[in-house]
Amino acid sequence: MTRRTRDIPLAAALLFPSLAVLGGFALYPMVYAIVLGLYRYPRGGTPEFAGARNYLDLIQDPAFTDSVLVTGYYAVGTIVPSMALSFVLADALFRVKRLRSLLRTVFFLPYVTAVVASALIWRTLFEPTSGVVNALLDWAGIEGQAWLLEPRGVLNLLTNGWVDPSIGPSLALCCVIVFEIWRTTGFMTVLMLSGLASIPREYEEAARIDGAGGWRVARHVTLPLLSPVLFFIGIVSLIGSLQAFSSIYALTGGGSGPLNSTRTLTVFIFANFYEYQKIGYGSAAATLLCAGIALLTFVQWRLTRRRVHYS
Amino acid sequence: MTGRAFRYLFLGAGAAVSIYPFVWMLATSLKALREASLYPLALVPEQWQWHNYADTLDAAPFATYFFNTFLTAIAVTLAVLLTSISAGYAFARLEFPFKATLFAILLATMMIPFEVVLIPNFIAITRLGWYDTYAALIVPWCASAFSIFLARQAFLGIPGEYYDAARIDGCGHLRFLARIAVPMARPTLIVIALFAFLGSYNALLWPLVVTGNESMRVVQVGLTVFATTDGVRVNLLMCAAVIVIVPTLGLYFLAQRYFFDASIGAGLKG
Repeated sequence: MTRRTRDIPLAAALLFPSLAVLGGFALYPMVYAIVLGLYRYPRGGTPEFAGARNYLDLIQDPAFTDSVLVTGYYAVGTIVPSMALSFVLADALFRVKRLRSLLRTVFFLPYVTAVVASALIWRTLFEPTSGVVNALLDWAGIEGQAWLLEPRGVLNLLTNGWVDPSIGPSLALCCVIVFEIWRTTGFMTVLMLSGLASIPREYEEAARIDGAGGWRVARHVTLPLLSPVLFFIGIVSLIGSLQAFSSIYALTGGGSGPLNSTRTLTVFIFANFYEYQKIGYGSAAATLLCAGIALLTFVQWRLTRRRVHYS
Repeated sequence: MTGRAFRYLFLGAGAAVSIYPFVWMLATSLKALREASLYPLALVPEQWQWHNYADTLDAAPFATYFFNTFLTAIAVTLAVLLTSISAGYAFARLEFPFKATLFAILLATMMIPFEVVLIPNFIAITRLGWYDTYAALIVPWCASAFSIFLARQAFLGIPGEYYDAARIDGCGHLRFLARIAVPMARPTLIVIALFAFLGSYNALLWPLVVTGNESMRVVQVGLTVFATTDGVRVNLLMCAAVIVIVPTLGLYFLAQRYFFDASIGAGLKG
């Protein structure tokens, strides 16, 4: 036997279990989901071919378009603040000598904790009658809010009713966002810290000698050098936030939230399948989500190769 | 200078925000219900109600939930280790036709979001008659493309001379794998094991969908159910949260340095 064929029996035996599981529970169902999305499944009746009808219905369904919007608010609302915060934290952490590893351990705690459990802590903190947040507001003499139970938009609440309550993210969604910022910032800080440790120091020193202040050094030297790390964190977080489920489900007790105002795409898919048994419709939505994630992954792959390079 | 003081102040505030919900959880879990609802801000209970924990365990079958979770998580971890070691080794050291194509397809499965296979997999599980069984909780998670990739990288990192030397001594692939490659890849394998265990321990969506009976419920599902049925008893809810958090925190403090790698892996997978 030649070198290329001698290993075949052993390779087949070693690969078979993995290929069976991944083929059976990832590749095949992926294709099957696309097929399911082309059918209608009337309750108790036989499936009927629907072509693109599920997709056409989806883009006209306010429940779907709202969930896309909610997903957008959620993604931008969590990623931008937690990246900004984690950069500042990592920068500070990088400059201190003592307590660094202890602080790192503490910052990482929210991320390693079982997400359902930590979401339930926050749900209790936001509880309108016995929660900490309203107790603090009460202590400061400010009127409490319904927080996770509040379907009205934050813009409406902040402008005292001037903006329509249906515009912008609901207060409930903002609470979900606050939780997610709390959960992920420490993780991002650790990633950025390792990024900061890998970039050369000379540029920063040179900029300082030339008289640049802290903010200008960060803006013109550190951030550009860190851009590959920032880009990686951003896109990975974006893909992750498109798939968020457990935290939203636990925080709002089912995922959809007050007036469906925390219903992200993932929750929309889950609700259609689990609550309404709309298998075809849910699969079509899932296929769209998958296409979106594939597109983002492709963009990441292209841009990492081309744009974010400083060496 | 003030810069340094400010930095410590800022970092201290960040640490306080990170840790406060946990401290509050512990305090609330030891308060009487009246105190917990009336004085949520107090961080030291008036009287330490240790029996809250016993009451929580009485209120819901957490022992059953934990049994199901640990059985599932341990089985998944062992299976993932086995499949990643064997497939990783095949891709790293063996020669066979379509190797590159197979590997590319394998990597592509990493990008498939779980939501899209949720419905088809649920249909498959019910057709197999696996609804409400351990098989449904375990089998779909027995291989992970990302872990195979990690194992392959670790095996590729072992210099070829080791294998040549072993072969001259009459050692075949399987013995080389068991005696030399696996021990040398230990750090990566620990990361893979942690990653598999935590993923299984923390899973909510899949167990929620494929189990219905209380006797098959895993901890995360049990906890969300407890929040709906007993959520008004805030102190007991926080006891339940403590009980669920403790195993992962224990692992975190035991294997901290591997945790950073495993979490970055989890982040990569989304």
